[in-house]
Amino acid sequence: MPVINLQPYSSPRYFLILLLGLLPIMIGLYHGKRFRVYETIFSLVFLVLTFGGDHWQQGVALIIYIAYQFILTLAYVHYRKTRNQTGVFVGAVLLAILPLTVVKFTPFLAGGKITLGFLGISYLTFKTVQVVMEVRDGTIKDFDWKLYLHFLLFFPTISSGPIDRYRRFKKDYETIPDRSAYLEDLEKAVHYLFLGFFYKFILGYLFGTLWLPSLQHWALMQRHAFGGLGLSWALLGYMYDYSMYLFFDFAGYSLFAIAISYFMGIKTPPNFNKPFAAGNIKEFWNRWHMTLSFWFRDFIFMRFTFWFMKKRWIKNRIRISQIAYLVNFLIMGFWHGLTWYYIVYGLFHACAIIINDIWLRYKKKHQAQIPSNKFTKGFSVFLTFNVVCFSFLIFSGILDKLWFM
Amino acid sequence: MTDTEKVVSILNDLTGEDLGGKLDENIFANGLLDSMATVQLLLDLEDQFDVDVPVSEFDRNEWDTPNKIVAKVAALK
Repeated sequence: MPVINLQPYSSPRYFLILLLGLLPIMIGLYHGKRFRVYETIFSLVFLVLTFGGDHWQQGVALIIYIAYQFILTLAYVHYRKTRNQTGVFVGAVLLAILPLTVVKFTPFLAGGKITLGFLGISYLTFKTVQVVMEVRDGTIKDFDWKLYLHFLLFFPTISSGPIDRYRRFKKDYETIPDRSAYLEDLEKAVHYLFLGFFYKFILGYLFGTLWLPSLQHWALMQRHAFGGLGLSWALLGYMYDYSMYLFFDFAGYSLFAIAISYFMGIKTPPNFNKPFAAGNIKEFWNRWHMTLSFWFRDFIFMRFTFWFMKKRWIKNRIRISQIAYLVNFLIMGFWHGLTWYYIVYGLFHACAIIINDIWLRYKKKHQAQIPSNKFTKGFSVFLTFNVVCFSFLIFSGILDKLWFM
Repeated sequence: MTDTEKVVSILNDLTGEDLGGKLDENIFANGLLDSMATVQLLLDLEDQFDVDVPVSEFDRNEWDTPNKIVAKVAALK
């Protein structure tokens, strides 16, 4: 038997099979029906295509992971019905993060020889932790285990997001759009799909496959430049090229996931909104990888500041927000992976946003003296763009190759 | 003080603007309120109205104008 494995959104064949499989769902929704049994089978087939064949180890890891999170969440929901101790809540969150932590630490400890886990484990963890937190808050009351599995295993977004929220997903899944609304969804889906093709397979290919390798080669050739720091024009070129590649590749991928969701009548939230037009770092994070940064905002930054302010552990609010930014972006760095450059990337953004906040406070106080016109606005976009591209240079890991290999 | 007056007074303190005549103004879209001020808003509402507003109750689209906040507080009471 031939080994069948198709990685999500990677080849024309995948899209062809996907669209064929979607047809019955689309016809159903057009006629106001959701064929739930068909949808479940269709989703399972695509999960098997992604995590089966020669990727079967990932499939096994996925099944164990889902079973573990399922039992953990059910147990916490059951507990929460009658009691609500902070210690148990913290324990449940730690247990929900545990598999991801193990998966991230194993290659680090085993010298990169063993990789556990599966594609998308870091994205699934956002969903499981989020549900535990909302069960604690009482905003998820009627927990539906079947819906929970659908939510976790929703295959269009399983590998790389966008990260949806349980209550939002539930609302879409349980309602069937009327015909005109669904036709609008389809129109958007087709638009997102083609924009995604343009981003990922044309621009992403240009920046990533055609130009990036030679720029990297030139940059690495000049590792002795600038007193051994390897700063060269080629490295600068690499920085901008890599930033463009990162955006178009990931935004394209996100658009595919959103398009397929829309075909299925699920309005998965957007991940990017013209990030390079941001006028400051704070605005950048409202436009870049939005479902991730909003998750961090809602489940880490706001909870952290809420607790610190409520308990009055630190009086100075500005100080609390600065500590919260550091915690927030440091965790984001660790989430990306256990390498110095991901963690430095996190710290860099924490510092950038803290400085940004200081400037915003200064600007508010001295509104009369500081000019604001199209030149200052243009300059702020330019400055933000360069700060961001520099952070992606750190993120890319090329400095590790340049300095330590 | 009515609930509306109380909410407006909290928001005025946080934003440094007078929102008394702008009950349907979007307080997030124009950057008046950031995450930090939002947390302060939740704490102030808890204090002054004796309601419990968990952070995950907070969906920006449902809390983005003074009028919507008044309605939310009334619903939570």
